[in-house]
Amino acid sequence: MNELGRGFALALGLISHGDSELTGIVLLSLAVSLTATFAALLVGAPMGAGLAIAKFRARGGLILAANALLGLPPVVVGLAVYLLLSRSGPLGRFGMLFTPPAMILAQITLLTPIVIALTHRFADVLWDQYGGALMVDGASKPRSVLTILAIGKASLLTVFLAAFGRAISEVGAIIVVGGNIRGYTRTMTTAIALETSKGDLALALGLGLVLIALSVTVNAIAFLLARSWKK
Amino acid sequence: MFRLAALVLTFAFASLPQTPVVLAQEHSITLASTTSTEESGLFGHLIPIFHAATGIEVRVVAVGTGQALAIGARGDADALLVHDRAGEDKFVADRNGIDRRDVMYNDFVIVGPKSDPAGVRGMKDARQAFEKIAASSSPFASRGDDSGTNRMELRIWSSLALAPRGSAWYRELGSGMGATLNTAVQMTAYVLTDRATFAHFQNRGDLAILVEGDKLLLNPYGSILVNPAKWPQVKAQDARIWHEWLTSAEGRAAITSYRVNGEQLFFVGTPFGN
Repeated sequence: MNELGRGFALALGLISHGDSELTGIVLLSLAVSLTATFAALLVGAPMGAGLAIAKFRARGGLILAANALLGLPPVVVGLAVYLLLSRSGPLGRFGMLFTPPAMILAQITLLTPIVIALTHRFADVLWDQYGGALMVDGASKPRSVLTILAIGKASLLTVFLAAFGRAISEVGAIIVVGGNIRGYTRTMTTAIALETSKGDLALALGLGLVLIALSVTVNAIAFLLARSWKK
Repeated sequence: MFRLAALVLTFAFASLPQTPVVLAQEHSITLASTTSTEESGLFGHLIPIFHAATGIEVRVVAVGTGQALAIGARGDADALLVHDRAGEDKFVADRNGIDRRDVMYNDFVIVGPKSDPAGVRGMKDARQAFEKIAASSSPFASRGDDSGTNRMELRIWSSLALAPRGSAWYRELGSGMGATLNTAVQMTAYVLTDRATFAHFQNRGDLAILVEGDKLLLNPYGSILVNPAKWPQVKAQDARIWHEWLTSAEGRAAITSYRVNGEQLFFVGTPFGN
């Protein structure tokens, strides 16, 4: 338990000194996870809403697939993306392995099913409520998708938080495709993994506390945003 | 809400470290090396010196030696710094690498609980120590991850015609050196570890060095260039600069100047007889 105390002290020390390595790690974690989350939202939210609105044969199968992929193991995704991006793999010529873009790609792969499945869930309910009115108004399918997403923007915010939470806490995929390179692809979670394996448990705990604080901050901002929409 | 999204996205992209696409002119190489080298802190000491001298950034992917060789065999690294001579020679023989050079060496030590149930403290013969540990069925933590350290350990067991896998006292962990030490502390087990990682290790608990000094335990490191003929995308020029710097006077000075608690951890030249 005194490891926890030392962890607190270390965390406060690092933050107050503005340790440059820590700053770099925090910024990288945020950059990778936020970029991946927004990209997944951009791709996945319209798809999720579209699945609620459009009626076509494969629809049931796709919804099932999206929900099933919620359980995709991050380290397996990491392995798949690694093989894809390896110089001996199909996308090797882009030289993307062991870089931040590779980490973003892996996280987008993990997050998109989450976004699709969760968006579909609330879009389905909203469509039941508003679908009739929208169709009477003569709205096109794309238009309907945007409208439903706009109406459900508070739920969309929850989807964002769920996806971001998954991204910022993830370590299995990004450590495989990123390589945990110091000063380049080391994020909060991969740094914690490294410090733990080095036996520096106090530092690992300290970093963990910083990560939690980061996550809480993002959630708090989102909460305030949602409140301002209610007014 | 879209304005906020745009703002955050801009921030996100701005904080992103330079990607290969954006900064094509930046000089960097990917070095596949081992967890023990990374965890000993050597790279934190060496790389800034090299970078200051040459402007080349060295990005270290630290994994077990087996995995480092596999990464090199796929062309995903530009150079290797590993410690398994047999593996290194095979790597070159398979045309995956060129110009293998001796760089430095350190040594392995056998650490264990201070109570020393197997009675190996102070022994000068590593093989005999292993024999006593097996004979007393004392817990032994193996890395079990095809690393250079693991390969050394397995060579000792097989030289004794022992195959401890499957025995209750032999714990195969499949972990890096630090993680293995962590677990060994909790299990109060014997471990074969490189001296450098143990010197740097913060969480020793009851473990102490019990056996050291056997020539068998010398651990030489080799640098290999990933074969640019096989992998045209390899950054051959910058990798060669690193490769040659390691064995130059400056490189050697940098390696031997690394200290943890005043103790030198890596030595240059080739260990006798190896």
